[in-house]
Amino acid sequence: MKKDTEIRKDDIALELKNLRVKFVLERETVEAVNGIDITLKRGHTLGLAGETGAGKTTTALSLLRLVPHPGKVECDSLKVDGKDVLKMTSKELEKFRGSDLAMIFQDPMTSLNPVFTVGQQIADTIMLHNPTTKEDAMKQAEKMLELVGIPAVRAVEYPHQFSGGMKQRVVIAIALACNPGVLIADEPTTALDVTIQAQVLALMKKLRDERGMSMIMITHDLGIIADVCDEVAIMYAGRIVEYGTLKDVFNHTKHPYTEGLFNSLPNIRNRSERLKPIPGLMPDPSNLPKGCAFAPRCRYATEACRTARPADRMVSDTHMVACTAYDDPDFRIDRPEKD
Amino acid sequence: MSKKNETPELLVSRKYVRQSQIRIILHNLRKNKGAMIGLAIITLLVLVSCFADVLFDYDTEIAGLNISEKLIRPCKEHLFGTDDLGRDIFKRVLYGARYSLGVGFAATMIGMAIGVVFGAIAGYYCGLAEDIIMRLNDILSAVPSILMGIVIVSALGASTFNLMLAIGITSVPQFVRITRAAVLSVRNQEYVEALKATGMSEARIIAFHIIPNCMSPIIVQITLRIASAIIATSSLSFLGLGVPVPAPEWGSMLNLGRSYVRTASYLTIFPGIAILITVLAFNLLGDGLRDALDPKLRK
Repeated sequence: MKKDTEIRKDDIALELKNLRVKFVLERETVEAVNGIDITLKRGHTLGLAGETGAGKTTTALSLLRLVPHPGKVECDSLKVDGKDVLKMTSKELEKFRGSDLAMIFQDPMTSLNPVFTVGQQIADTIMLHNPTTKEDAMKQAEKMLELVGIPAVRAVEYPHQFSGGMKQRVVIAIALACNPGVLIADEPTTALDVTIQAQVLALMKKLRDERGMSMIMITHDLGIIADVCDEVAIMYAGRIVEYGTLKDVFNHTKHPYTEGLFNSLPNIRNRSERLKPIPGLMPDPSNLPKGCAFAPRCRYATEACRTARPADRMVSDTHMVACTAYDDPDFRIDRPEKD
Repeated sequence: MSKKNETPELLVSRKYVRQSQIRIILHNLRKNKGAMIGLAIITLLVLVSCFADVLFDYDTEIAGLNISEKLIRPCKEHLFGTDDLGRDIFKRVLYGARYSLGVGFAATMIGMAIGVVFGAIAGYYCGLAEDIIMRLNDILSAVPSILMGIVIVSALGASTFNLMLAIGITSVPQFVRITRAAVLSVRNQEYVEALKATGMSEARIIAFHIIPNCMSPIIVQITLRIASAIIATSSLSFLGLGVPVPAPEWGSMLNLGRSYVRTASYLTIFPGIAILITVLAFNLLGDGLRDALDPKLRK
């Protein structure tokens, strides 16, 4: 494998500029992703958070260039490990998927092929990217299983003989089998219960640190983000509305939508308190409002919000927020800042 | 696992042996009496057809004339009697198994090979490819299969190979439809997407991951199609379009005995029974396999 083992923290592992994804249907055009920039440093983890339908999974699939028909992907630049993914032929893409950029899918129950043993499935991926014999690949597959905490002897078993948490570990083993530089985890723990979720997250953190891998963690659970990520991007209606380090976003929240997300979490100190959900629903992606997509639900919204799209504004070196309200230098949201 | 290994008791006691799916299926099949009878008959017929040349001499016993012994009623010497040319019907019926089985099997394989490929393409790549394949398929299945067989054989000439081809082509639509339905249900499974994300090519995914998941309806269809291919073989031979005479194909034996139905019905009864039993055996096996391959019906 080509990867040099030294970890260069400041290297950029993944760079995405101005990604737009549209689904052009007969009667309407669904704008799933509308201009997303991601810069991911080597060894760092980016959390991608937002409601269902915010375009998180579509973003992830377009990184692998796997957006299903009739999706149309437009993008100014997409580089992974310095390689220009946009210029790849379909053969090069097949080589790229899995070996440079791997993905873990949401539901471990259906992510494994029921007619092959788990060992075969891991070995399959290894053989796809490395010229090895079947025996060697099986041996490596068993090592991968041990790595994710499953006894190697169980490599000969079929997916239905594993529990959900173990299946998700097998899926992780498959994703890591070819030592990818960047791993996308699409809600890897949503289908698991909390105990298993903690185990799987701990495992992923451990493997990430051991291998110097970069990770994109897609989730709608802010707790997972606080646990795993270095940087956070909050997505709403196909755009990143707030982007910054964990501390920036969690302690110095700027965007009204992020504020709403935190407010809708239950308060552990005052358990009888009512939850404060964000009123309204996500706008229809086939009919997005002209101005800020969040304006119809935002309690700070002004007329200016409804007419023009807010520009991305840097409030510090690392912290970006897309909100017109900050045109007024005295604007503050209600959520108190912490340090 | 070795005993000195430090693995805890619990792990040692558990057998980490790969459970063969084939063994599970056979185990289920064994419980089904009908299927076992069918399997036994088929095995017997396969053995007879393999060793037919050892058991009988084709030129003298099967096809050779012996006018002095014509139209003998079933007796000890000639179990099923003899026909109008003095040939022993028992031997001819046994020998004829190789034509029915051979043609039936080969034709089904031809039909399956074509049908699975096109069915998988139609099921996986929706859109134009699917429309074209499925509409052509509709056209093919709209033509009655016997008529189709007659057309193909008369266009290409009557020979055993053309017969296989004709029957094979008429069984394509069934396989296309069944494969497409199975592929449709598998293609949207998340593991197919996951395989794409590991960098596997689509052709490989279809051949090694989707089709194995669609095997059970295809296997069942194979056994059932063999049965109808045998009937088609006999029908076409009966019409003189199948295996050329004097080969003792069951259908052509029926045709030969037709004019003696009133006086010597044993000329037609025994080949007829042979067809009946063979087709029944394949249908019994097919039914049993369908149950054995269905995980919902296990236990």
